[in-house]
Amino acid sequence: MSPKINPNSGMLTIGPAQIALLERLSNAVAVSGNEDEVRAIVLESVKPQADDIRVDAMGNVLVTCHSKAAHPLRVMLDAHMDEVGFMLVEDEGEGIYAFEVLGGVDERQLPGKAIWVGKDHLPGVIGAKPVHLAEGSEMHSAIPLKSLRIDIGPANGGKVSPGDYGTFATKFQKSGPSLFGKALDDRLGVATLIELVKHHPDNIELLVAFTVQEELGLRGAKVAAVALHPDLAFAIDSTPAFDFPRPDEKENTQYNCRLDGGPAIYIADAGTLSDPRLIRFLTQTAEKYAIPYHFRQPGGGGTNAGVIHKALGGIPSVSISVPGRYAHTAVLMARLADWQNTLRLVYTALQDITPEVLIPDRN
Amino acid sequence: MIELSAFLKELLSLPGLSGYEDPVRDVIADKWRPLVDELSLSKLGSLHGLRRAAAPGSHPSILLAAHMDAIGLMVTGIADGWIKVTQVGGLDMRILPGQMVTVLGQRDLPGILQMIPDRLKDKSKAGNPPKITDLFVDVGLAAREVTRSVKIGDLVSFAQLPLEMTGGTLAGHSLDNRASVAALTLCLEELRPFNLAWDVWAVATIQEEETLLGARTSSFDLHPDIAVAVDVTFAKGPGSNDHHTFPLGKGPTIGVGSNMHPALTTRFKKTADEMDLPYAMETMPKYSGTDAMAMQVTAEGIPCAVISIPLRYMHTPVEMVALKDIQRTARLLARFITQLEPDSMEIIFAESRV
Repeated sequence: MSPKINPNSGMLTIGPAQIALLERLSNAVAVSGNEDEVRAIVLESVKPQADDIRVDAMGNVLVTCHSKAAHPLRVMLDAHMDEVGFMLVEDEGEGIYAFEVLGGVDERQLPGKAIWVGKDHLPGVIGAKPVHLAEGSEMHSAIPLKSLRIDIGPANGGKVSPGDYGTFATKFQKSGPSLFGKALDDRLGVATLIELVKHHPDNIELLVAFTVQEELGLRGAKVAAVALHPDLAFAIDSTPAFDFPRPDEKENTQYNCRLDGGPAIYIADAGTLSDPRLIRFLTQTAEKYAIPYHFRQPGGGGTNAGVIHKALGGIPSVSISVPGRYAHTAVLMARLADWQNTLRLVYTALQDITPEVLIPDRN
Repeated sequence: MIELSAFLKELLSLPGLSGYEDPVRDVIADKWRPLVDELSLSKLGSLHGLRRAAAPGSHPSILLAAHMDAIGLMVTGIADGWIKVTQVGGLDMRILPGQMVTVLGQRDLPGILQMIPDRLKDKSKAGNPPKITDLFVDVGLAAREVTRSVKIGDLVSFAQLPLEMTGGTLAGHSLDNRASVAALTLCLEELRPFNLAWDVWAVATIQEEETLLGARTSSFDLHPDIAVAVDVTFAKGPGSNDHHTFPLGKGPTIGVGSNMHPALTTRFKKTADEMDLPYAMETMPKYSGTDAMAMQVTAEGIPCAVISIPLRYMHTPVEMVALKDIQRTARLLARFITQLEPDSMEIIFAESRV
């Protein structure tokens, strides 16, 4: 058995600067189809250390950090820039707009929320008919999505119009060990990738994709994988932690993943069977550096790995997520320690990876 | 001059749930102190501001009641760091999932109010709105830290910050009924230069959202000749357009119905007409849902009026009002009061007699 390596030696650390960057990313509005604000932060942040930066036809930011090796392994990292949100679709007058939801948002999460709308983040609200006026029968079902409107006040003077985007107006905050904010799915991944560009290991050709439209069907990653044609890929995302007590007080066997569990490594989801060689490599790396990790429960859901692994002639892929509670709602919660450990796992994996990892199993 | 938007935002950022109105009451008291001759508290905690009539001796009196309490939640239990809650005031469970809240424990803790996800529940209940027992607050702290900082009975307030919207509108939680507290404050300011014939009691009442307790007890203590409940009413908006609703930004409503003395309804209408002030008549056939319900039947009975400020999305954290409706309400109340003469009681009631 090899001795454990001190997990703090030569590791990347999440400090105030990294948290400040996550805060900027979380507060930025980048609904699927209009990722401008996050793209601008990404471009600004990666510029000093990147060897090549491209914005492709869809709006993905594709960053290359060259290796010093002669025939380096080409490793792709993916994190999606977009978040769930809304598009205004009809001006009903007096500042009231009908809207459509972009991405999978439970309609029960919408009524009674503050919203930012348009380029200027104009404050708006999604209200609800007063409970006093609700018929008894209405109370037994969720407030229907089609009855909801975004209201920004009667004199917006044409500052917003149908086609403009909006999302939950939630300001990032830190409390104890936890991070609260909107769109931590997947700004945690975006912030992680920015750190890895800043401190890119030079044993590999690092290909970093900050992708668009994940929430609408993994669209950005599909073309990014083709453009970068990597040897293998890691999708870095945030996956829901359903680590709640069950109402029937039985053991919760459907937790998906847990806060404080460290990075959640995917084995199987609705879109991908993770490459077993990469799963094994990640777990060996985590154990070597004493980084806590756990497996995301095999099941539904998915990440950009779902399209990346099918691209070109096939790209060995695995997903690693920062556990997060309350995905696709106004405010998500994640643990600083889980983010830290995710960054460490990916960083050490990149440093240690060799082409031998992909040698086919012989047994 | 009181800057309405700033004052209202200050009121909205303070807790003051039913039964625990102290934090907001202290700020209201500071604002009222220079505007009244006497400031006192009822035995149960309602704030009484007295503006005396100019002439010496005894005078008839009018009481203006605006409730200062707010709806919210209360901690009922803590298990493994999960905080269970019940409601304070009438909440709509359907708007609670995903709200940011502040747990008013040993220290203020930010928290997320959420529901147990469908995947952990009986499949037949998937998609249903949560029951109060499906809801919990997650403060993101270790279980032992939660146990140390939070106890049963602690209050949980909505954390939604006030939003300045376009067209002179403001959104936030507790505008029901801090909007009316602001209107009363502006009314007191409006009254300052006038010599008054009547004593005026401005009362910020407690526990309206629970039992109308403050209005019931303060109107008994102060035994006014007339009482006016100032509250919010339903503004027209998405999903709310029937006869219970009134346009936002088009003036206050004057209540007509069983809680209101018809003579006072008539006098308020006449006053608004003389001022050319926009308003709407609000029919409240059975009950007004305001402090007037309690004041009307206090002691030997008190003639009441109800003036209301239209508000969208009542009892959500994003209630919305038009600032000018608050200002108009203040002006209407002030004009009504400055027109009172020592013998107005007889005149007002004679006016309405057929």
